Amino acid sequence: MKVTIDGIEIDVPKGTTILQAARMIGPEVAPPAMCYYSSLKTSGGYCRTCIVKVTQGSTANPTPMPKPVASCRTEVMDGMVVENTINADVLEARKGVVEFLLINHPLDCPVCDQAGECSLQDLSYEHGAVNTRYEFPRREFERIDIGKYVQLHMNRCIMCFRCVKVAEQLTDNRVHGVMHRGDAAEISTYIENIIENDFSGNVIDVCPVGALTDKTFRFKSRVWFTNPVDATCDCKKCLGKVRLWMKGADVLRVTGRKDIWGEVNEFICNTCRFERKNVSDWKVEGPSQIHRASVISQNHYNNLNELKVQVMKQQRALGFIPFDKRP
Amino acid sequence: MQRVKEFNMGRKLLIHNDHIPNIHTLEVYRANGGYASVEKALKTMQPDQVTDEVKKSGLRGRGGAGFPTGLKWSFLAKPEGVERYLVCNADESEPGTFKDRYLMEKIPHALIEGMITSSYALGAKTSYIYIRGEYFYVARIVEAAIAEAYAAGLLGKNILGTDFSHDCYIQVGGGAYICGEETALLESLEGKRGNPRIKPPFPAVAGLWGCPTVVNNVETIAAVVPIVNMGGEEYAKIGVGKSTGTKLISASGHINKPGVYEIELGITVEDFIYSDEYCGGIRNGKKLKAVVAGGSSVPILPAELILKTAKGEPRLMTYESLADGGFQSGTMLGSGGFIAMDEDTSIVKNLFTFARFYHHESCGQCSPCREGTGWMEKILQKFLNGTANESDVELLWDIQSKIEGKTICPLGEAAAWPVAAAIRHFKHEFIEIAQKKKFVDISHYDRLNLVRA
Ligand SMILES: Cc1cc2nc3c(=O)[nH]c(=O)nc-3n(C[C@H](O)[C@H](O)[C@H](O)COP(=O)(O)O)c2cc1C
Ligand code: SF4
Ligand code: SF4
Ligand code: SF4
Ligand code: FES
Repeated sequence: MKVTIDGIEIDVPKGTTILQAARMIGPEVAPPAMCYYSSLKTSGGYCRTCIVKVTQGSTANPTPMPKPVASCRTEVMDGMVVENTINADVLEARKGVVEFLLINHPLDCPVCDQAGECSLQDLSYEHGAVNTRYEFPRREFERIDIGKYVQLHMNRCIMCFRCVKVAEQLTDNRVHGVMHRGDAAEISTYIENIIENDFSGNVIDVCPVGALTDKTFRFKSRVWFTNPVDATCDCKKCLGKVRLWMKGADVLRVTGRKDIWGEVNEFICNTCRFERKNVSDWKVEGPSQIHRASVISQNHYNNLNELKVQVMKQQRALGFIPFDKRP
Repeated sequence: MQRVKEFNMGRKLLIHNDHIPNIHTLEVYRANGGYASVEKALKTMQPDQVTDEVKKSGLRGRGGAGFPTGLKWSFLAKPEGVERYLVCNADESEPGTFKDRYLMEKIPHALIEGMITSSYALGAKTSYIYIRGEYFYVARIVEAAIAEAYAAGLLGKNILGTDFSHDCYIQVGGGAYICGEETALLESLEGKRGNPRIKPPFPAVAGLWGCPTVVNNVETIAAVVPIVNMGGEEYAKIGVGKSTGTKLISASGHINKPGVYEIELGITVEDFIYSDEYCGGIRNGKKLKAVVAGGSSVPILPAELILKTAKGEPRLMTYESLADGGFQSGTMLGSGGFIAMDEDTSIVKNLFTFARFYHHESCGQCSPCREGTGWMEKILQKFLNGTANESDVELLWDIQSKIEGKTICPLGEAAAWPVAAAIRHFKHEFIEIAQKKKFVDISHYDRLNLVRA
């Protein structure tokens, strides 16, 4: 199936979503995704940051789709034409979504453990507005310990439902993920019921923000002062393919390996994540490739092309570059 | 100024018998011609013929969107060996809409008869009536009627001695507006949290428990009865253009005679408001200020635009005429929740009430609706507090535009449209409050003097 995204044509198999097709082309046209997660079924569709405009439905039925669609949940049709970064309405709508995600967000990155590896930070930086127009008190919740290792702070949650999908799909307990509704909805503490499960720690990796954090790591170090290395071990429960976050010779934290979209493809077990904190537990493969223009890679801007794309995106969002120019 | 007009009573097909004592019982219902459509369909027609009659009738969904029912039925996937379901949407929660309740309360068998005939057409062995939680007493009435129908062989195995067997169940919801959205309804019916599903797939392909499902409004299903009885073509002769047949209108607000009226689609809005047959004019001799014509989510129109289109033609009670002029100068028939407001109504306050409702009812799945509805309510509260600025009007406009069309389900639009329409047609009221830094409540209808005294 042929699909054209921002003027670039690509051939993809049937069943591919617009988002996946755009990712195949590359980061310059891929819409940001806050709730879609490639390794979690039925994820996506909620946050609405990935919305794009379909200007031609298909060759067979060329009429444009009336509303913007969530690219992560819309499958391509042969001859479909999609506009993302070249469509001013899409960028404006996305700016709106970012604003909605932020109005009840504490915006205290300086004291947040996720800072530096937070999808919401990146999103606001690339697509958000400079000032907030929201003048009311923000939602506030108490911090909740869910089990020994994980802390939930709903203040920072953006309701992406990824952790709920982890609870449903990786662990054997079906738990009620959400309580209440509307802007009073919160990730339910019943999620605590899964914490016994060997794979529950993955909720930390899938959380795009600092709502679910690793208590064994909290405030030990700013993430950009650590050194990520890829390592393996012979684990009976999982594949044992992890990322170690080192400071000197100390293993401060163990996580799954995120791909260039910030998503883990091979989930790891709680033993690897929380209990193997000695270098001697691991076979180190070498430094991790940090692909994103992330502060984590502050000292090695080895990926100049990536950086260019980021700068271009930022400038376009601010209106410095006309919409018909592509990188 | 009161204006009484000679008006011939229109035809009634749904609630014509509502005055007959005990019409809610099977005995009286049948004595007045009830269940004739079941006899006719099951004994003399093929299922597809019933669907054809519905197509010919031009019946459009009465739940709000007005989608042609025959077409919807023909989309139903029919794979071999897979169950199909008919689900009746009796969640009726749109502010200003109370016609389904009236029908079910007064003539429950009209709905059950429609359920049987429609299920026959669709090949559904099982159907469900999903009733909102607050209608628990209505559920009891319908339940009693279902029991009567089972006892009389109108439900269950081999209905009226034919090959067709059918079971009909009632499910009472928890009382959430969002469970009226058809996919949220299906989730709730399956015992899950009532969150709208992401579409596609549509219910016609994968609905209840993943099986092909048709979801129809109470009134839509009840309308199948007269369609089968009189034939689709006859039914289509009533009405104007693509608005055929009769429609139940829930009339409320500052009119002399609030209530549920069955109208022939095509009467003028003016007749509906001022004739003694229907609303009987605005009460206390006041002037009409504005109308919300189809339930709280459709755009409000000022009196001059609801009575006449922008082109100056009389506005009719039809899907097309009410929509004439698009959202610039028109609105929608929606679910038929007709709310009239007199000159003493504050549009800003009214809008606040609606905004609070949508904020409260958002399911919270998608960001624009979850966050935007609450934000709009808070800003409108500022207007009522007299602390709003002129720039808040622009902000409201911008927020609603960023919700509309960007959400999973149409509740986002339902929340955005009233805000857009109120600003479009009554901006001066917002500006005045912002400039005077004071909200003077001109309405006197909700002063609870009795309570305060
Ligand atoms: C938020 C929301 C609430 C709704 N509530 C109702 C309702 O209470 N009753 C109803 O019949 N349709 C309701 N609908 C429309 C249904 O989704 C669906 O379109 C309708 O039941 C289809 O029936 P029809 O084709 O017979 O109109 C609602 C839609 C939305 C988005
Ligand atoms: S979650 Fe992200 S955006 Fe929010 S405070 Fe933490 S680092 Fe900042
Ligand atoms: S806690 Fe994190 S993963 Fe879970 S819904 Fe909130 S933001 Fe998403
Ligand atoms: S639009 Fe509102 S009600 Fe509908 S799915 Fe989104 S949050 Fe829920
Ligand atoms: S990533 Fe597509 S809606 Fe969230």
